[in-house]
Amino acid sequence: MLSAAVALAAAGAQRAVALTSNTNTSIFSPESTPSRSIYELSLFVLAVTGGIFVVVGGLIVYAAVRFRERPDDDGSEPPQIFGSNQIELSWTIIPVLIVVVLFLATARMIFAIQDAPKPAAALEMSAIGHQFWWEFRYPALHITTANELHIPVSTDADPRPTFMKLTSADVIHSFWVPRLAGKVDLVPNRINELWMDPHTPGLYVGQCAQFCGVEHAKMLLRVYVDTPEQFAAWVKQEQQPGAQSPASAAGRREFESQACMNCHAIAGTAAHGQFGPDLTHFASRKTLASGAADNTTENLERWIEDPDSIKPGSLMPSMHLTPDQVREITAYLNTLQ
Amino acid sequence: MADQVLTIPDSLSVSPPQIADETFLERLHGWVVTVDHKKLGILYVLYSVFFLFVAGAEALCIRIQLLRAHNHFLSAAVFNRFFTMHGTTMVFLVGMPILFGFANYLIPLMIGARDMAFPRLNAFSFWLTAFGGLLLYFSFIGGFGLYGVGSAPDVGWFAYAPLTARAFSPGHSTDYWALALIVSGFGTLGTAINIIATVLSMRCRGMTLWRMPLFAWLMFVVSGLTLITITPLTAAQIMLLIDRYLGGHFFDTQAGGSAVVWMHFFWIFGHPEVYVLVMPAFAIANEIIPVFSRKAIFGYPAMVAASAAIAFVSLGVWAHHMFTVGMTSVSNAFFTLSTMLVGVPTGIKIFNWVATMWGGRIRFATPMLFCIGFLFQFLLAGLTGIMLSVSPLDWQLHNSYFVIAHFHYVLVGAIVFNIFAAIYYWYPKATGRMLSERLGKWHFWLFLIGFHITFDTMHFLGFMGMPRSIYTFEPDRGWDRLNMIVSIGGFIQGVAVLIFAVNLVWSYYRGQPAGDDPWDAWTLEWATASPPPEYNFATEPVVRSRRPLWDLKHPEDPDWRYEQ
Ligand code: HEC
Ligand SMILES: [Cu+2]
Ligand SMILES: [Cu+2]
Repeated sequence: MLSAAVALAAAGAQRAVALTSNTNTSIFSPESTPSRSIYELSLFVLAVTGGIFVVVGGLIVYAAVRFRERPDDDGSEPPQIFGSNQIELSWTIIPVLIVVVLFLATARMIFAIQDAPKPAAALEMSAIGHQFWWEFRYPALHITTANELHIPVSTDADPRPTFMKLTSADVIHSFWVPRLAGKVDLVPNRINELWMDPHTPGLYVGQCAQFCGVEHAKMLLRVYVDTPEQFAAWVKQEQQPGAQSPASAAGRREFESQACMNCHAIAGTAAHGQFGPDLTHFASRKTLASGAADNTTENLERWIEDPDSIKPGSLMPSMHLTPDQVREITAYLNTLQ
Repeated sequence: MADQVLTIPDSLSVSPPQIADETFLERLHGWVVTVDHKKLGILYVLYSVFFLFVAGAEALCIRIQLLRAHNHFLSAAVFNRFFTMHGTTMVFLVGMPILFGFANYLIPLMIGARDMAFPRLNAFSFWLTAFGGLLLYFSFIGGFGLYGVGSAPDVGWFAYAPLTARAFSPGHSTDYWALALIVSGFGTLGTAINIIATVLSMRCRGMTLWRMPLFAWLMFVVSGLTLITITPLTAAQIMLLIDRYLGGHFFDTQAGGSAVVWMHFFWIFGHPEVYVLVMPAFAIANEIIPVFSRKAIFGYPAMVAASAAIAFVSLGVWAHHMFTVGMTSVSNAFFTLSTMLVGVPTGIKIFNWVATMWGGRIRFATPMLFCIGFLFQFLLAGLTGIMLSVSPLDWQLHNSYFVIAHFHYVLVGAIVFNIFAAIYYWYPKATGRMLSERLGKWHFWLFLIGFHITFDTMHFLGFMGMPRSIYTFEPDRGWDRLNMIVSIGGFIQGVAVLIFAVNLVWSYYRGQPAGDDPWDAWTLEWATASPPPEYNFATEPVVRSRRPLWDLKHPEDPDWRYEQ
């Protein structure tokens, strides 16, 4: 009970934060079916364990206080009791019963979440972990993007859950957006699955939850849950090739004559690199380098000049470009809406 | 009590007079070549206490870095090395050796033997362990890791593949990690074999297995468990080295190997390892709680059975560390159940300890204070463990600060508390002097307060979605204040440990003389002098019950009347 109460208080505090910011990551403010089921199960588990804590903790405290040595004790030894089989038996059986109850509640939830059938309307997509950034692919929609995930809202009237396949290009990562679903690891040579059906549009954040190297801490996640209209517009936008304006031709030439194009792809151009994030619609992203910085012109220039100044240890090298080159490339990337 | 001298009949001291003027070098030589279980036990403990300070300092650096969002005290690379080294050190260079140190020192004394079964193997094992530690720390000079030159392992103490492959971990830091653990692992195996042999074949006359102190029983079980669990770890390290240098592909996912196989190997070791560490803590509680409650342990046979049951069940729960790697729903359910079942024998133990206190006359000396802290914290650790065994909940809490909080509750709240209890309790035996009770109480209360400030708070950070192993966090997540609190608690613990260090040194020179049996206790180690002579007992003691010194002190009401 005690810990349940405390947890609820924490959840309440988190709700208060949630009202003012959308960067809440509390597991107690779920916004999708799997995370909500887990939340409800967690309240039950907290109540049971809290109850045990109060009873047994109370016994410990009571024993320590009640049977303490007192100044007026006569110094003789207390009666020696060696044990009792009945008592041993009872405190074996009661925990067994508690375990059975907890297990049944848990097992039900495991199957409900993990083996949930995939409805026909589900959006299927995949996430691929890379050292310190996320790649997202929507094969049916022919979209490849990075770091900022867009999925549709799923309401009771119009259920549109997202079913995600997860794997990794290098080491193990873990996809964790607490308000949407429990985490699932991205393991190389292996395909895992996760689903979520967010009920409210908005931004949900999270981050990689499996240590994956130097910049594990800066492998952040942003999930935009779009209304159906927003999502349709986003899909349409993403399906376009990278915008080409004559004004940024110099920057594009620079981009394509540097190593950039070996690592980055920009659809509709000669750049087909796979090692780094797809930049086709880079300018439509709010953040840079998996959330390491805001996507502003200033940060972008800094990034291109020396990625380590923003994310030390990231796998993009500094190309030692001149300030002019950096400015031109930045201008070009800024047109990639 | 403290001035009462009690000896088992015939075990009078026949020590030759101390050779007064040994030079420093002679003394040092004596320690290096010793095969005496007591000296080796002390070496183990000193070695571990030294590394406790090192790894504690690493933890404090980690906490300075996490004082606030986007702090720049440590670079990402250094942070990763520090948490890797902190974890590896605490488990392999502090936890294991200190507990084996206690076993080494105490088991022969408790079972009335003159030494371990294989004294030379004993010395060899210690030096292997010591060399393993040196090797690990030499990496700061000799290896270079994911980032930079000349540095320590930085792949986490669990060293998940394929981050340890040469593609992702160039240089030699990972090799130092693997080799150091192989070497110290062999030391551990040697000691485990030794303990098993000692318990089985060196008990004094009259001491059947059913009359053996619970401490020895639990160490016996732990040693068996160690033999089973260190083996897969060692195998995995060798496979890792084969991958790295001989073109193997066990864990090399780029060539079709499996990252998940490493996890299985590691956690088949890693989970039982928790019990390898915590059962010695139980063993300590089994000795201290009765003596300070002035009552025999409640349910001795149940305690033995529960220990064996924990050891057995703990071998079948490892994949609860892998609920998020995409196992089938059936496997997840199975490991949920097996993990919850560990709670049953563990619960039995807690209840038996409380029943031992029940109706007693509890003396709150420092060892008992630490033991009561242990009871309380271990209860909570068990309950958060049950929460984590609920696999859907683990999908949220896995790799979050909740997990960090949970296992520090076990490792610090239970194990370190009882290590302190044990040092306060047996220091008088080993040195002949009492530790200062006043400093002891300061140590206890500060440590308790610091502990709870740090680790209680971490649970909430976990609920709030903060993952482990991150060198910094985003200011917009609302984790700032709690992280600050966690760090402050860490420093309070640091101060407490410094007081402890002062106590250890000061009391060695100035502490009150202890006498043979300062706590009015009941097991055989208190029947000989403090510190005990090299041969422990002049003649072999004979016992008729689990509490030979009780029988001696209470001839009118001896235990052997009641024990079957
Ligand atoms: C060796 C391969 C490589 C080269 C060459 C390279 N990059 Fe990158 N780039 C990466 C990687 C890897 C990342 C992801 C870094 C991270 O987030 O940790 C990245 C990230 C980026 C990002 C941020 C993308 C996002 O979604 O936030 C931009 C912009 C970028 N690179 C631009 C460039 C430009 C411009 C050049 C040429 C001057 C270039 N890159 C050259 C590998 C490369
Ligand atoms: Cu990561
Ligand atoms: Cu475990």
